[in-house]
Amino acid sequence: MKQRVIKKKSEKIAAYVFILPAVVLLFAFLILPALSTVRYAFTDYNIMRPDQISFNGLENFIDLFSDKDFFKATWNTIYFTLIVVPFQTALALGLALLISSRRKGVSIFRAAYFSPQVTSMVVIAILWTVLYNPNPDTGLLNAFLVKLGFSANGFLNDPKTAMNSIIFMSAWQGAGYQMMIFLAGLQGIPTEQYEAASIDGAGKLKQFLYVTLPGLKNIIKYVIMITMIQAMKLFTQPYVMTKGGPQDSTRTLVYYIYEQGFQSRNFGYACAIAAVFFVIVVAMSLSMKRLIDNE
Amino acid sequence: MSQKQGKILGNVAFYLGNTIIALIFVSPLIWMISASLKPESGIFKGMNSLSTFLPTGASLSNYLAVFERINMWKFIGNSLFYVIIIIVLDLIVNSLCGYALAKFEFKGRGILLTLIISLMVFPMEAIMLPLYKIVADLGWTNEWASLIVPFIAKCFSIYMFRQFFLDVPNELLEAASIDGCGPIKTFFKIVMPISGTVYATVFILDFVSHWNDFMWPLLVVTGEEKRTIQLAIQTFFGSQPIQYGPIMASLVISAVPMLVMFILLQKQYVEGIASTGIKG
Repeated sequence: MKQRVIKKKSEKIAAYVFILPAVVLLFAFLILPALSTVRYAFTDYNIMRPDQISFNGLENFIDLFSDKDFFKATWNTIYFTLIVVPFQTALALGLALLISSRRKGVSIFRAAYFSPQVTSMVVIAILWTVLYNPNPDTGLLNAFLVKLGFSANGFLNDPKTAMNSIIFMSAWQGAGYQMMIFLAGLQGIPTEQYEAASIDGAGKLKQFLYVTLPGLKNIIKYVIMITMIQAMKLFTQPYVMTKGGPQDSTRTLVYYIYEQGFQSRNFGYACAIAAVFFVIVVAMSLSMKRLIDNE
Repeated sequence: MSQKQGKILGNVAFYLGNTIIALIFVSPLIWMISASLKPESGIFKGMNSLSTFLPTGASLSNYLAVFERINMWKFIGNSLFYVIIIIVLDLIVNSLCGYALAKFEFKGRGILLTLIISLMVFPMEAIMLPLYKIVADLGWTNEWASLIVPFIAKCFSIYMFRQFFLDVPNELLEAASIDGCGPIKTFFKIVMPISGTVYATVFILDFVSHWNDFMWPLLVVTGEEKRTIQLAIQTFFGSQPIQYGPIMASLVISAVPMLVMFILLQKQYVEGIASTGIKG
C-alpha cells in the first residue's frame, strides 16, 4: 500500500484548492443538469414559454407509456445495441488475431484496420450514405451486389434494412479501436502458455479456446461494456443518414430526445424520455455486467 | 513438409490474407479519396468494376471547389481552437484534482473518488436538455464558452491522472517539501515535468473525442461564425448544388488534422486506450 505522507495543515488546504475547479465544474455541468433532468421530467416545461412552467406529476411518464414512437425508439436502441456489440467485438477480436504475430510490416495492416477511426463518424456517415445508394448505377455496394448476382438492396431506404445498414457501418468504423485494446491484451498472454498447449497437442482452434480467450477474459468484458454504453447513445448516424427514417426504423432514444426537446420543444416530455433513457442505460449495463461476471 | 517450408507457407498466408482483407476493409476510404480526385462525370462511371477505385483523370479541382464554396480554413480553425482550449484547461483542472486524490489526505476524498469513478461513463445525452438551458441562461448560446466550459472537468481524465500520480514516489514529494516547496510549487515544478506521458495520453484521447463532437455543437452553434468542421461538412453535404466530387474532397480535408495528430501521438494514443482496457 502506498503511504500518504502529506499531512501538514497547509497541505490539507491545498487539497481543497486542487480539487475545487474540477468539483465546481462537475457540479455545475454534470450533477446539476442531471438533477434538473429529473425535476423537469415532472413538469410541462416548454422552452418557448419558460415563464409558465408547472408541475404536472406523472403525466409525462403516463404519456410515455402510450407513446408508440417512444417504444419504437426504445426497441431500435436496444436492437442496435444487442446486434452491434457482439458483431463489433468479434470483428475487432478477429482483426487483432490476424495481426497479432510479430512479423515485419504488421504495422501497415494495423494502420489499415484502424483507419476508419481516423476520420470522424460524420465523415463515415456521409460517405456510406453515398455508398449505400439503392441505385446500382450510383451506389457502390449495390453495384457489386448486382455484379455478383444478387438483387439490389434498399439499404437505408428500406425500413427492414436501414438499421442493419447503420449497424454494419458502425461496426466497421469502430472495430479498429477495440482491436487496439485486444492487441495490447494479446501481448500480455505469455508465449509459454501457447508452447505448453502446443506440446500437449492442441491445435490452433484449441489454443484459441483454452489459452487466448481465457487470457483475454477481462479485456473482453471491458470492451463489451464500453461498446455497449457507446452503442446506446446512437445519434450521429441516424441524424446524418436517415433522420430517423424510413418509417421511424432508425429513430433511437437519443434521437427522440433531440426531436422532442429541440424540434417539438416539449422540454418536460423530452426530459422524461432522457430520465428513462438513463435508467435503461444503467439497467442494461448492470445486467450485462452480471451476465458476464457469472460466466 | 519441412519446418522451413511450413514457415514460408505461414508467411505467405499471413501476408496474402492480410493484404486481401485490409484492401477490402479500407476500400470505402480508397473510393472516397479516389472520388475526391475525379471529375464529377467520372465518379459514378463503371461502378461495378474495380476501376471505380482508381482516380482516373485525377486533379485537385474538387479540392479547390470546396475552398471556393465554403470557408474550410475557418471551420477547421474553429474546431482546432475550441478543442485545444478544452484540452489545455482539462489538463490543468483534472490533473490538479487527480493529484489531490492520489497524494493528499482530506475529508471527503473517498466519496469524491467513488463519485468520479461512477460518473465516468455517465451519458451526456441524458442531460443535454438542462445543460442547454444552463448554457442559454448564462447567455452563452453561440459563444465559444458553450462549446468549452461544460467539458473541461472530466471524470475520466481525473481518473487517468490519479492512476498515474499514485506511482509518483512519495520520497520525491517529501524531499521537495523539506526543500521548502509548497504543494502548489511541488506540483508544477516537480510532478508535472516528470508526468509527460499521462498528459500526452489525455491530450490525444481528448482531441479525438472532441474533434468528433457533433450533437452538442449542433445544439449550441448557429450560423457560420463558430461552425465546427463536423457541422460544416454535414451542412455542405446537403447544400446545393450537390456535387459528389467536392463532397468527397471536403470529407478528406476534414480528416487531415486528426490524421496529423495520430501520426504525431500514435504511441501515446495506443498506450492510452490499451491501458484503459487493461486497468478497467
